Amino acid sequence: MSFEQFLFYFFSTVLVGSAVAMITVRNPVHAALFLVLAFFTCAAHWIMLEAEFLGILLVLVYVGAVMVLFLFVVMMLDINVARVREGFARLLPVGLVVAVGMMVVMAMVVGAKVFQVESPGRADADYSNTEAIGRLLYTEYVYPFEIAAVILLVAIIAAIVLTLRRRRDSLYMDPAEQVRVQRKDRVRLIKMEAEKK
Amino acid sequence: MQQAMMEFWDGLPVIMQIMTKITMIVGPLLLVVAYTTLAERKVIGYMQVRVGPNRVGPRGLLQPIADSLKLLLKEVIIPSNSDKYLFLIAPVLAIAPALAVWAVIPFDDGMVLADINAGLLYLLALSSVGVYGIIIAGWASNSRYALLGGMRSAAQIVSYEIAMGFALVGVVMAAGSLNLGEIVMSQQGSVYHWFLLPLFPLFLVYLISGVAETNRAPFDVAEGESEIVAGFHVEYSGMAFAIFFLAEYANMILISALTALLFLGGWLSPFQGILPESAFDLPLIGWVLDSGIHWLLIKTAFFLFCFLWFRATFPRYRYDHIMRLGWKVLIPVTIIWLFVLGVAVALGVGPWFA
Repeated sequence: MSFEQFLFYFFSTVLVGSAVAMITVRNPVHAALFLVLAFFTCAAHWIMLEAEFLGILLVLVYVGAVMVLFLFVVMMLDINVARVREGFARLLPVGLVVAVGMMVVMAMVVGAKVFQVESPGRADADYSNTEAIGRLLYTEYVYPFEIAAVILLVAIIAAIVLTLRRRRDSLYMDPAEQVRVQRKDRVRLIKMEAEKK
Repeated sequence: MQQAMMEFWDGLPVIMQIMTKITMIVGPLLLVVAYTTLAERKVIGYMQVRVGPNRVGPRGLLQPIADSLKLLLKEVIIPSNSDKYLFLIAPVLAIAPALAVWAVIPFDDGMVLADINAGLLYLLALSSVGVYGIIIAGWASNSRYALLGGMRSAAQIVSYEIAMGFALVGVVMAAGSLNLGEIVMSQQGSVYHWFLLPLFPLFLVYLISGVAETNRAPFDVAEGESEIVAGFHVEYSGMAFAIFFLAEYANMILISALTALLFLGGWLSPFQGILPESAFDLPLIGWVLDSGIHWLLIKTAFFLFCFLWFRATFPRYRYDHIMRLGWKVLIPVTIIWLFVLGVAVALGVGPWFA
């Protein structure tokens, strides 16, 4: 077994193990952390496939930002584990059907003719995956790329608008207004005659 | 002699070569971290007209060693209601990325452990992983103060990462590469070729968000002593506490080194292109004036001093003001400057983009 194969099996074991642990552990914070571990080992797989740009991006976006916010929420909530687990036996058949369906679909995708290609050889050491992706995105796929960007922009604006509400009953301070305060707004110097004795 | 050493080096197994290189980076780094703590106490001491530590060793020079010995010998107390595994993993998660990022830092031309072509992205990714140490420490301690500190830090780091990332996008646009060595080499020429001038607003944004990212004053609300005792590490003692400190200082040195590399030409000499070529051929003086690792160290030391200076100068920001600064000031500044930069690169404004 070559070192590369060893790494592949090592990361795969950790990936599958942490994915299973993620859905079986009782504590939601532990589950979120196992998901982080799963993302991390997945990124290692991508880097082994010479897709280092995507691998690092997975760590940057999902591990570094999305999962941090996820943990943020999970830690704040006091989730009652027993209540969440109540419907387990009742929902099991539905879950099994969905799981089997997904497995069949995945098998069909992986087994499809389009995917039966020779694996490409190793690229040269000076081959830059980042540059290759950039070139493709900005030439061949420029319209889908721009459309995706516009959709994301709309989503950002929608998210901001949805959370934009003023509660009149809460005491709200505007930091921008506080920063703009000048000396003359707060201090007044008064000239007055000295008191006579 | 030299040839024999080279032969011996090449004869070593690859794993030992890598291990030696790692030791050569991490060893001095930890020493610098230890002495940064002394420098911090001394510098702030003098700024506040005190002397600072001066009891251990000549002029207090052995203070960091005494401190680390004390921390090593102290008991690590694990709170009985804490999540024990996570409580002990948290310091590891804080220090591991703080040390791993040093793999891609070039110290001189070609003097780098891993010369990967997405180096800048790797840096950004790993420094964002470092926040897990703080959040997990905050949660696993099962203490209100620690949780508050962890939450504050998570929100702060995620917000400032965006401004930091945009500032780095500007550097990538100017240099045309994600490789740190190539970014430095594209600043070659003279002082005026450094990215400090064309990217000045981004330099400021990077420095400010760097301070915020490392949880240093004036953005140290994650451990704000006057509000939440010590924030995320209230419950930690002994070596577990020391490791959080090590990670914070290692990150501080990293941000200083990166500012030097990305905006001030890294190991390039400021006299390059200004003094005549013959000046660099002088014995000894020529070596000092010429580009080399010492220039990187000087520039890093300057920014490190700035970190201490900020701490002695600015009062702590209030939390909502930190958020406003990050989202409403720094991010718009970077977006506007990225647009200006795009125009400048397209028109080939010299001497930087010509």
